Amino acid sequence: MSRTLLTGNGAAAWGARLAQIEYLPAFPITPQTEIIETISAWIDRGDMACRMVTMDSEHSMITAAGAAAATGVRTFTATSSQGLLYGMEMLYAVAGWRVPLVLVNVSRALAAPVTLEPDHNDVLAARDSGFLQIHCATCQEVVDTMLLAYRLSEDKRVRLPVIVNLDGYYLSFTREPVELPTLDIASRFLPAPTIRTDQIQASQPTSQGIAVLGGSQYSYFRYEQHLAALASLSVYEELGREYGELTGRFYSALELYQSEDADTVFVMIGSFATKAKEAVDRLREIDLKVGLVRLCLVRPFPAAELAAALAGKKGVAVIDQNLSMGQGGILFHELTSVLYNRPDRPRVITSYVGGLGGRDISLEDFRGIAEETAQAAKNGHAPPPRLLYTAAELTQMRGLQEIAKTQKNSRGHTL
Amino acid sequence: MSPLNKNTPPLGQHHLLAGGTPACAGCGGLENIKIIYDILGPKTIFVNAAGCMTLLSVYPFTPFPGSWLYTSMASAPAGAQGVRDALDILLAKKRIPADEDLQVVVLTGDGAAGGMGLSATSGAMDRNLDFIYLCYDNEGYGNTGYQFSAATPHGAKTTTSIMGNPGYKKDLFAIWAAHRPAYVATICGAEPHDLARKVAKLKNIKGPKMLIALAPCPTNWHFEPSATIQIGKLAVQSGHWPLKEYENGRVTHTKIPKPSDERPQVEEYLCRQGRFSHLFTPQRNETVLAEIQAKVDRYWQEVNDHYAG
Repeated sequence: MSRTLLTGNGAAAWGARLAQIEYLPAFPITPQTEIIETISAWIDRGDMACRMVTMDSEHSMITAAGAAAATGVRTFTATSSQGLLYGMEMLYAVAGWRVPLVLVNVSRALAAPVTLEPDHNDVLAARDSGFLQIHCATCQEVVDTMLLAYRLSEDKRVRLPVIVNLDGYYLSFTREPVELPTLDIASRFLPAPTIRTDQIQASQPTSQGIAVLGGSQYSYFRYEQHLAALASLSVYEELGREYGELTGRFYSALELYQSEDADTVFVMIGSFATKAKEAVDRLREIDLKVGLVRLCLVRPFPAAELAAALAGKKGVAVIDQNLSMGQGGILFHELTSVLYNRPDRPRVITSYVGGLGGRDISLEDFRGIAEETAQAAKNGHAPPPRLLYTAAELTQMRGLQEIAKTQKNSRGHTL
Repeated sequence: MSPLNKNTPPLGQHHLLAGGTPACAGCGGLENIKIIYDILGPKTIFVNAAGCMTLLSVYPFTPFPGSWLYTSMASAPAGAQGVRDALDILLAKKRIPADEDLQVVVLTGDGAAGGMGLSATSGAMDRNLDFIYLCYDNEGYGNTGYQFSAATPHGAKTTTSIMGNPGYKKDLFAIWAAHRPAYVATICGAEPHDLARKVAKLKNIKGPKMLIALAPCPTNWHFEPSATIQIGKLAVQSGHWPLKEYENGRVTHTKIPKPSDERPQVEEYLCRQGRFSHLFTPQRNETVLAEIQAKVDRYWQEVNDHYAG
């Protein structure tokens, strides 16, 4: 099998191409833009039969994408960060339309302050929208997940749009060797789009997204959506196996790395989990029995799978690359809530927030987390949630603040 | 300028749009939709923006024998883009036959059209989208109880301008025409022949076809529902609501009111509406009334000068 070097963005574009997308409403934003540039060039060179239209905003882009999907074409779109939030209203709407659609989000931390580097506050802001969420850790996963996402989204048991998430910079602009499925293999798994019985056309008048009167009817449609999202978990497992049989690459709701015999387990999502894997290997060399559980699916939340993977562990450290102000790490709270009623729950679950705005999580960070969690498991007391930040970083920040102060004062004198 | 000619389609008593909708009695917006829908036919999808007409389709009922897609307040033209592009793709790939095609119509109020919807509308015109855009202009945020919008005329009382709107109506016609779309027109349900002629004409035009319909609103303008047509006619006859169209870079007025000393004064239009009652009682506000009249007179003077020149 030949492998080719691709960035995460290149992998997403290839995934869209192999999925034989027909329509791409687009709007540029860093770090996503390379995806639409790549596809645009393919269309212009005649390598790909797809209609691309540049919209006036992400809000319009997601509207056009949902409307086209409702009308029956295989549709793709992509954004990041501010763009995802600008289109947020339409994420909820399109999910309510129950149409198949795949949206790639290239994670980038949210303003203010403004930055281009990643964390997960953007994509987690969409966690209640009704879009399913699949989080990738490698460029290979990005290509494969695109095909899985379309199958999942178009499955009659699901009929929900899907966000495929990859981290800005760490994946979007990082080249990794990727094995591209041939179009033949890809279309054996995901056949070319055909007519759908629920698409809008003249002989099939449809009212989509209409009003209801009263909470009871509203609840019915919302519960239906929730039940479909829950049901999508087993559909994803089924598809992950089917894809594995075709390509040798199997996918599942969770990735387990050295977690089975581990005393302490890191729980993470996204590309920073590859740093955790490296840390697991290093820390095992110094006899810390650590492992990693990575959530590939965030919506639906793989509650039973997580409970099984973490059953009887001494310590679990949740490392959140996001921050809910006044609450803490989002993943930590989601995980503890599903484990609380389990008799075999881990002895302690600790919470760490790190990697905000692309801040590195170093081997030393992982070591500190593992040791503190192991110690907490021993004495039965979880430490308060930690915000990862070193003394050296603070010293550097103080230096910048001094410069800012000097600038402000000197400006004041000259005016 | 005769309203009846061979291009005017016949207007029926029975409408494609079913009766008994949740719209208010005497809704001027609905009057426009009924006539337009009759001309376009059921192979039409209405892509709706949040506004009064959102409540036309309430589960499990719809007055439309054709399709309906509710989007959001800001992005209905983008929804139209998605539907149009998808239909074109399906037709090109022969996944659907030609008779499955749909006419795509954006349905939006003035609040969305002149405010948050303007970006998506501008974009659709930039891209030369083949669609019809219908703004039912009831001159305020009607569905939320009538707060002033960018389309509210000067002096009108709304729930957020109880002393009368200090602002002036935004000129959407000019803003749209500046994009040089295929077609722009103002219409009014009280002038059905003018309306029908324009819609019959735009049916055969490719590209963005933009309509602003005056939608007299008994509920918020405060007049009896039975007076909707009378109010609409007075709006046109007094010159307050010019009927016009834009095509190929030219603006043409399709119904020119009588000269200023012969046509109804604007206050005949205003005094029938509760939203202007503070201009008449307890005492007449001569300043504002004169200002409104002068603005209308100046408009038509400029039109006359233009045609004369």
